[in-house]
Amino acid sequence: MAAIKIENLTKKFDDFTAVDSVSLEIEEGELFGLLGPNGAGKTTIISILATLLKPSDGKAEINGFFLHEQDKIRKSIGIVFQDPSLDDQLTGRENLEFHGRMYHMPKNLREKRIEEVLSLVDLKEKANSLVKTYSGGMKRRLEIARGLMHHPKILFLDEPTLGLDPQTRRNIWEYIENLNEKEKLTIILTTHYMEEADYLCDRVAIIDHGKIIALGTPDELKKSMGGDVISIEGEADKLGSVLNEDWVKEKKLLDGKMNVTVSSGESAIPKILEIAGRGGILVNSVNLKKPTLEDVFIHYTGRAIREEEASKKDMLRQQIKGEWKR
Amino acid sequence: MISDIYTIWLREMLRTFRARSRIISSLAMPFFWLVFIGVGIGSSFSLPGMNYISFLSPGIIGMILLFNSMFSSLSVIWDRQFGFLKEILVAPVSRTSIVLGKTLGGATMAIVTAFIMLLLEIVLGFVNPSFGIVFAFVFMILTAVCFVSIGLIIASRMESMEGFQMIMSFLIMPVFFLSGALFPLQNTPAWMQFASHFDPLTYGVDGLRGSMIGTSIYPLWIDFTVLSAITLFFIFMGSYMFSKSVR
Repeated sequence: MAAIKIENLTKKFDDFTAVDSVSLEIEEGELFGLLGPNGAGKTTIISILATLLKPSDGKAEINGFFLHEQDKIRKSIGIVFQDPSLDDQLTGRENLEFHGRMYHMPKNLREKRIEEVLSLVDLKEKANSLVKTYSGGMKRRLEIARGLMHHPKILFLDEPTLGLDPQTRRNIWEYIENLNEKEKLTIILTTHYMEEADYLCDRVAIIDHGKIIALGTPDELKKSMGGDVISIEGEADKLGSVLNEDWVKEKKLLDGKMNVTVSSGESAIPKILEIAGRGGILVNSVNLKKPTLEDVFIHYTGRAIREEEASKKDMLRQQIKGEWKR
Repeated sequence: MISDIYTIWLREMLRTFRARSRIISSLAMPFFWLVFIGVGIGSSFSLPGMNYISFLSPGIIGMILLFNSMFSSLSVIWDRQFGFLKEILVAPVSRTSIVLGKTLGGATMAIVTAFIMLLLEIVLGFVNPSFGIVFAFVFMILTAVCFVSIGLIIASRMESMEGFQMIMSFLIMPVFFLSGALFPLQNTPAWMQFASHFDPLTYGVDGLRGSMIGTSIYPLWIDFTVLSAITLFFIFMGSYMFSKSVR
């Protein structure tokens, strides 16, 4: 059964379209990623699915509920926002306690669940300290724990590792994977980190300017780029002339290097070296480059995802986002 | 609904009592007003039939209720700035429960502080303990809820602390002075008396004075009716404005 079904979802802010007729189906138990640059519309999609924003057009079904069944949806999902949303004057336990009460959990269940989620994210020892004494990673973990308090079927994570150092990021990834596997939880995360989507997600939807431009498993997406590129330095032109095997998809001489596109780089390298050895062709170095989701993004949009300079339109998006956020 | 209001209220209480020093410091200024203005002015200025400091005592309670209630609504802006508001907004809880919880939270803090001041005034002999204290308590609740609601209306329109502070300084002082907390309104010029009719605190202070020391401009039931009506109006308006501001 589909955990989430979206049909032609559209959100307009005045004359600006933040989400442009997005259709999508996410299976139960899936770890699904919405990948795209800042302002692509990822947070807007999540806000609509969490019933915080009303769509301008289109339909969405979450856990079998339609968007107007607000309270039913809210009880069946957990959400971790992009910006911190903890009360740092309270302890970790009090934050969870508050959440449990807001979701109408009876006292005994609440107490039991607080212990469970605390141990899920390894925060038992810090549970009685004020949140303002927590590190960034600990706050994030507490927020994830809080999102899980009321046994949601779907957990939304909006940029779960934004602003965290690489080590903490890895650490959070492990918790997310663990939840997906052990709790059989459907997880939908947004991110603009390629590695994050690649490492974590079963399927990824690449989003730009409010539209889904590519959808598939990270492997499928990368494979659609043609394959691995092996770049060989040495007597490149000679090598080019003898490489006529049918597993060679493409060969191109670039800056004195022979770039060979194959479906699997690891197994092609020894074969290429063997052919070179047989023909007595000198090989100085071999470099294997596998396509990344970044390449997929560039392929479809013609620009890199991490372009620091936001275009004017992107800045407008940011502004609009900021406006409704208040 | 009731349990949601209680949850929101409980959090406000936890936060407030964690910052106990704030209660003490919010008592300090009114206390100095009471003692120094009360003794200072009272020494060269007399009211027919009563001590100035006794006259001032209910006014100072009104002052505490006004200041603390208005500033407690700052918590909405805090919650917004620190993101916690989102956690509240995404929960399966109605906007009305959120507003009522916040209102009662702010009002409780103001009432507790005002009650401590009332005890001080009784201990220091400025006010005689009487059955009227029960009525005073009713007026304390009404006044606090009224001004927390007004504060929430302003806070729901404000993005930043700075903007809130500015509105407050232009609102709080006139409301305070016009209420008759410091001087009898009966002897003031007509324009001032006229303006005081539009000040909710006038009825709060008058009601407190009537209950605590037995002198008031209006009969207690008029103070009670007018203040209740104003308070109800602002609760509904606050609830509406807050819901609108968070969509």
